[in-house]
Amino acid sequence: MTHTASPAGHSPASRARRRERAAQWLFLTPALLYMAAFFGYPIIKNIVMSFQDYSISSLYTGAAPFAGLLNYRAIFSSGLFGQLAWNTAVFTVVSLAGQFTIGLVLAVFFARNFPLNGVIRALLLLPWLIPLVASATVWRWMLGQDGVINTMLESLHLAPSTGVQWLASTSVALFAVILVNIWIGIPFNMVILYSGLREIPAEVNEAAALDGVGAITRFRYITWPMLRPVVTVVVVLGFIYTIKVIDIILVITGGGPANASQTLAVESYQLSFRTFLFGQGAAMGNILILISIILALVYLRFNRAALRTEGEL
Amino acid sequence: MNRSARSWRSTVLALLILAVLLFPVYWMINVSLQKNATSFTTTWFPVHLSLSGYRQALSDQGGHMLVSLIVALGATAISTTVATPAAWALAKFRLPGRGWIIFIALATQMIPGIVIANALYGTYNSLHLLNSLPGLILADASLGIPFSILLMRSFMTAVPGEILDAARVDGAGRLRAFLRIAVPVSRNGIITAALFSFLFAWSDFLFALTLTTTGSVTPITLGIYQYLGAQTEQWSPVMATAVIACAPSAILLVLAQRFIASGITGGAVK
Repeated sequence: MTHTASPAGHSPASRARRRERAAQWLFLTPALLYMAAFFGYPIIKNIVMSFQDYSISSLYTGAAPFAGLLNYRAIFSSGLFGQLAWNTAVFTVVSLAGQFTIGLVLAVFFARNFPLNGVIRALLLLPWLIPLVASATVWRWMLGQDGVINTMLESLHLAPSTGVQWLASTSVALFAVILVNIWIGIPFNMVILYSGLREIPAEVNEAAALDGVGAITRFRYITWPMLRPVVTVVVVLGFIYTIKVIDIILVITGGGPANASQTLAVESYQLSFRTFLFGQGAAMGNILILISIILALVYLRFNRAALRTEGEL
Repeated sequence: MNRSARSWRSTVLALLILAVLLFPVYWMINVSLQKNATSFTTTWFPVHLSLSGYRQALSDQGGHMLVSLIVALGATAISTTVATPAAWALAKFRLPGRGWIIFIALATQMIPGIVIANALYGTYNSLHLLNSLPGLILADASLGIPFSILLMRSFMTAVPGEILDAARVDGAGRLRAFLRIAVPVSRNGIITAALFSFLFAWSDFLFALTLTTTGSVTPITLGIYQYLGAQTEQWSPVMATAVIACAPSAILLVLAQRFIASGITGGAVK
């Protein structure tokens, strides 16, 4: 690079630098345009729609009159919102707790060396890789009144001979979809926590073990603190994915019976695409985004504070 | 001896875990291979092997599989073409605001698909993209782009800069240097990103459900969902279709195992 100083920036060197910069931006342009069209634009349009009376006729006439807060008011005054919010909270929290706990136990287990470890670990990824609709379909069949889950439970005398009404009972349906969602999320949690565990230098644990520190104490005071950053990633990503789940619930229960397994995300879909109240569907979607942003920020903040008090940061 | 016995015990335990967690997959295959499977007639093993479920699945859903394949391949091509140069720029060029672009790519993962579908529906309607292959391909490509950018960037950051400088000294232009040097050395990252883009598009359900309404463009995931509405007595063809829908995932897991594992961790952690 030449160092000819030029006050106005018209020297050949600075012109070349600007050309260079422009060429570099060209690499990013397609991706930025794409993300603007398929993420930026929908977000803004959704916000606008949530303040409009946007119905099926709007699609033909192009006219969607301004409606103020009517869509939001309709959602909050329908009497259903409390139940949907509660279902969403239970679905998200219980799913995350289940996926994470089982994923962590499996990650710790597979961190040991034993024959066929790698092959088995790879096969465990399958539930996460297959299309959600396909796995939800087989679960729907397995959880049916005469399905294989009830057959197994009955033969082990863990369920009454009439079976558990997994999908038809208002008190069980939500847990049925949670069960499936946990099953789907286990591989993701396991893989990331496993790679986190492998990054912890083995010598630290070995030295502590030589000093006679027990396995549980070592996990509590060595492994867990060192795993914390990875735990944050898994929990935040898991939360973001779980709160917007639609496919699994739609296939297994359709949100029923009597809204027992209906969540905010599924309701947003049904408002827009079953009852064609696109404005209300948009408002519900915005509420969902707002909740997930607030909770993710709160979690990250608490987590950082906790890390700081532990002297990690 | 003691140590190896203990490690084999771990293997047995691991196989048990695998059996429990993959039971639904087994059950899917088991039911698909039985004739006229209903809740009462299904047996634990497909002793009376029958391919009638597959025959009916192919005749009912063969076209949907083709649609899925076209959509997934198209979405993968777009996603990879758009994301690769972007990932390279974010990994290697010192552009102002690149931290923000990475943050935005991450933040797109927070946006629920239903919000995007809700907004796209009206726009697609006026652009005549509803019920069309290009419309679905464009929407499904968006599922892979942010993930691919983040994933490939972490691969490409590891590529030594000197390789490029050498090419530049030789007089290669920026684009030539990218195509001739950056793409080949980042091959593993690009393959991984493309595999995931394919799986995302192949598995897509929400865009298919919302952006197609007439049945003229129906991918396999939507085909299964509609099957569920129509056929709740005959499960063999439903399960056969599900097995076929799972085939690409299983094949990729076998052929590209190390890419898959590194993709999940690379896309999330780095």
